[in-house]
Amino acid sequence: MTIITAVPPPEAPGTAAQIPIGAGGAIPGPLRFLGRALRTLWSNGKARTGLIILGLIIFVAVFAPLLAPHSPTATTFTPYRGPNAVNWFGTTGNGQDVFSQIIYGARVSLLVGLVAGGLATLVAVTLGLIAGYRPGPIDEVLGFVTNLALVIPALPLMIILAAYLQGRSVWTIVLVVAFTSWATGARVIRSQASTLRTREFVTSAAFSGERLFRVVFREILPNMTSLVAASFFAAATAAVLAEASLEFLGLGNPATVSWGTILYHAEQQNALLTGQWVMVFAPGLAIVLLMVSFTLINFGVDALSNPRLREK
Amino acid sequence: MALLEAHDVNVAYEPSRGQRIWSVRDVDLTLEQGEFVGLVGESGCGKTTLGYALTRMLRPPARLESGVICFDGVDIGSMHGEELRRQRRNGFALVLQSGMNALNPVRTIAHHFGDIMKAHARPGDDVTATGIRRRGAELLDSVRLDSGVLGRFPHELSGGMRQRVSIALALALEPRMIVFDEPTTALDVIVQQAVMATIKDLQRERGFSAILISHDLGMVLEVTDRVMVMYAGRIVEDQPARDLAHGLHHPYTEALLNCYADPRADVVRLGGIPGTPPDLSLPQAGCSFTPRCPLAEDICRAADPPLSPLGLGRAACYVRARAGHVEMEASSVQ
Amino acid sequence: MSSDLSPDLDGRAVSVPPGSSVPALTVTGVSKVYRVRGRERKTVTAVDDVSFTVAPGAAVGLVGASGSGKSTLAKMITGSERPTAGSITFGDVAVGRLRTGGLRKLHHQVQMVFQDPYGALNPLHTAEYTVMRPCQNFLGMSAGQARQRAAELLETVGLTPPSQFAAKLPHQLSGGQRQRVVIARALACDPGLIVADEPISMLDVSLRAGVLKLLAELRRERGLSLLYITHDLLSARVITDEIIVLNFGRVVERGPTKQVLQHPRDSYTTQLLDAVPNPFAADGAGSPAVRSRT
Repeated sequence: MTIITAVPPPEAPGTAAQIPIGAGGAIPGPLRFLGRALRTLWSNGKARTGLIILGLIIFVAVFAPLLAPHSPTATTFTPYRGPNAVNWFGTTGNGQDVFSQIIYGARVSLLVGLVAGGLATLVAVTLGLIAGYRPGPIDEVLGFVTNLALVIPALPLMIILAAYLQGRSVWTIVLVVAFTSWATGARVIRSQASTLRTREFVTSAAFSGERLFRVVFREILPNMTSLVAASFFAAATAAVLAEASLEFLGLGNPATVSWGTILYHAEQQNALLTGQWVMVFAPGLAIVLLMVSFTLINFGVDALSNPRLREK
Repeated sequence: MALLEAHDVNVAYEPSRGQRIWSVRDVDLTLEQGEFVGLVGESGCGKTTLGYALTRMLRPPARLESGVICFDGVDIGSMHGEELRRQRRNGFALVLQSGMNALNPVRTIAHHFGDIMKAHARPGDDVTATGIRRRGAELLDSVRLDSGVLGRFPHELSGGMRQRVSIALALALEPRMIVFDEPTTALDVIVQQAVMATIKDLQRERGFSAILISHDLGMVLEVTDRVMVMYAGRIVEDQPARDLAHGLHHPYTEALLNCYADPRADVVRLGGIPGTPPDLSLPQAGCSFTPRCPLAEDICRAADPPLSPLGLGRAACYVRARAGHVEMEASSVQ
Repeated sequence: MSSDLSPDLDGRAVSVPPGSSVPALTVTGVSKVYRVRGRERKTVTAVDDVSFTVAPGAAVGLVGASGSGKSTLAKMITGSERPTAGSITFGDVAVGRLRTGGLRKLHHQVQMVFQDPYGALNPLHTAEYTVMRPCQNFLGMSAGQARQRAAELLETVGLTPPSQFAAKLPHQLSGGQRQRVVIARALACDPGLIVADEPISMLDVSLRAGVLKLLAELRRERGLSLLYITHDLLSARVITDEIIVLNFGRVVERGPTKQVLQHPRDSYTTQLLDAVPNPFAADGAGSPAVRSRT
């Protein structure tokens, strides 16, 4: 994770090779930005692996109805069976097909991971930018609130919130997770924003007549893309695990089809004792795979804010 | 026997696959005991890379592609790991470009000294806290800093003080050779002058050999015995410092000298060198300085000139070599 | 750049083109005192009762080593900081009292060239974008018009052909080229005064004359005023008509550049002079200060 410092780069011996005009556009549209971001990530080996795994999981989630051999909620099978020809991963205590549940479960985990991670990052960026860019009383207050949020242990807070909130649904989980994981990102982004604020190119932007809004969003934020992306993937990783944990603890809706609830049911029916080890390992492995894909992608985000790393 | 002998040093680095940049090409270099040599050139000419190669500090993607480097008769070019590390004690040291970057911002100066001394401790060395403080104070005194600096953090010191600390740290292992990489960039003229005077005094008193890398030829001429000028990865001139201000020299050296003038003179003419150094990822045909050289001829484009005698040293220029030859012939006729 | 191979500069004074309507910069009795937060309640006087004027079209040098207060003065003149005492006026605008809106208008007239060419450019913006923005913000140009003007400006600062440099990012340019982009940006809105804070100190010695020559030419052609801040007396000699020497925030000497350098009255000025590296001194053994020590 590179934090941009003010050290000038070593001089390239002679002028560098020409870059294609498209890649150095003056004002990138959001789509062009995304396209370039993907290309940058793709060029890093680890990130590429992560993207492929994530791509596969997304594919599975989107095409679940086509890929799953049976309905995940149909209780038509013989319960408590191990892996067999009909139920590749066995069945639950209610006679549901585990394999189909795994496939449909990808939807929930992805949803919570990406949405909760996204929400948490959005809050973190907003608060971090405000606090970092404008030193003064607002900064102090926001800083204090952030530190407070950091100190409170996340999982116990999540458990309490989930337990007391009415209406158990996936969206409850999303909100609870987002609410408890914005602080780390906010703190880091705030530090980086306040460092960037003092950089000469930000002062120069003011000299060029740029207004506050543009300075924050066109000068400072693009230089924090790596940090924001890294925060997002970290938050998403934590969100996936948090969702699974809450479901496993029974604090979610047991009727939801997700990897966490599979584990909940596995715990309820002592799956390991009944020899249904696939029912325990499959969801666990799926969760880990999704988290690993986010983490791998995180290896490639350095290049997003550092143009020198792009030309590999 | 010379303290440092390097032959046929070539360093290349690959910033991306398929693109190779030869930053140091066919360099031969000798450094005698107690000699103070300057290595001068523009940014990107390879002088820092060469300094790093000579002290075995190159990191991937830069690589020493060929060359033999002998320090005190020992081939250090092929050493690695523990063997190489041991050479740093009483061997050679590198003082880096920016004092701030070389120092750990969350550690006191005393910690830095302790770090070095403990890492290279030999039986009989006093590496207790007291011993470290004593030796630290001694070293700081030799670079004209107060021992109170030991308890401070790098950000509490000025740029000049940080640079002196870096020098003191290099002296801790009593090296016989120190390479100074742009020690005064980012310092203002008065501090620059003070730091250079300290370096010169230390070099005289302790007798270590030194290589001073810089783009500021004027500053280098003030303190060194001999100067080597680099361009596009090659050494293009090698002269005693006292002789560089007069007589004929490599056109690049002359152009560099023209960048200096006396601000007190009635008429001040300040020169510069237009154009940019060549792209070293492309193969170089002939002398690399040709596009910017006022004396360029066809022969210069044909092949790279070798270092041939000029005055009391050598220069890699066909035109100057011819003139030097004529001078020699003329004097032998008289 | 131009076709001559050695862009020479001499110390001749420049006359202002007739009809120049650039306002004068007047600094009167300006001081800046910082309160240091820490265990001991200390105050640091960065600038102490400094007064000077930059006449329309003049080039004035502010000379001193680090800690002399010159950078603080630059910040106050460009509105980034407020003086603790005294006043700074540009024409009839009181710079010290400006707020955001007024500061924007000030920047239309007063631009800055910074010391670190890499730090002064956003690493993610192309040269073209960087130079376009002032045109769009101050001159109300459309993107197309601004792009055109940016190309002209890049050409003016010697980055020809502009199409080759427009799409380059800062790390793809050399130090000298980056500094030219910074100058192009400073020129973009047609300012009356350029404050150059050590614009060449981070460049290789061989690139300095080119940038200085560019600044001098621009001054001649456009009648710009130039406030040149430096610790290097050689560059001050070739580009300024008048210099002011600062030490510990106070003015210790001032006058026409050539006169001050040839007949310095203050010992600090002499110290600065002695620190200029000069290979051509008497016996080639270096400047007097180093010689006397070794």
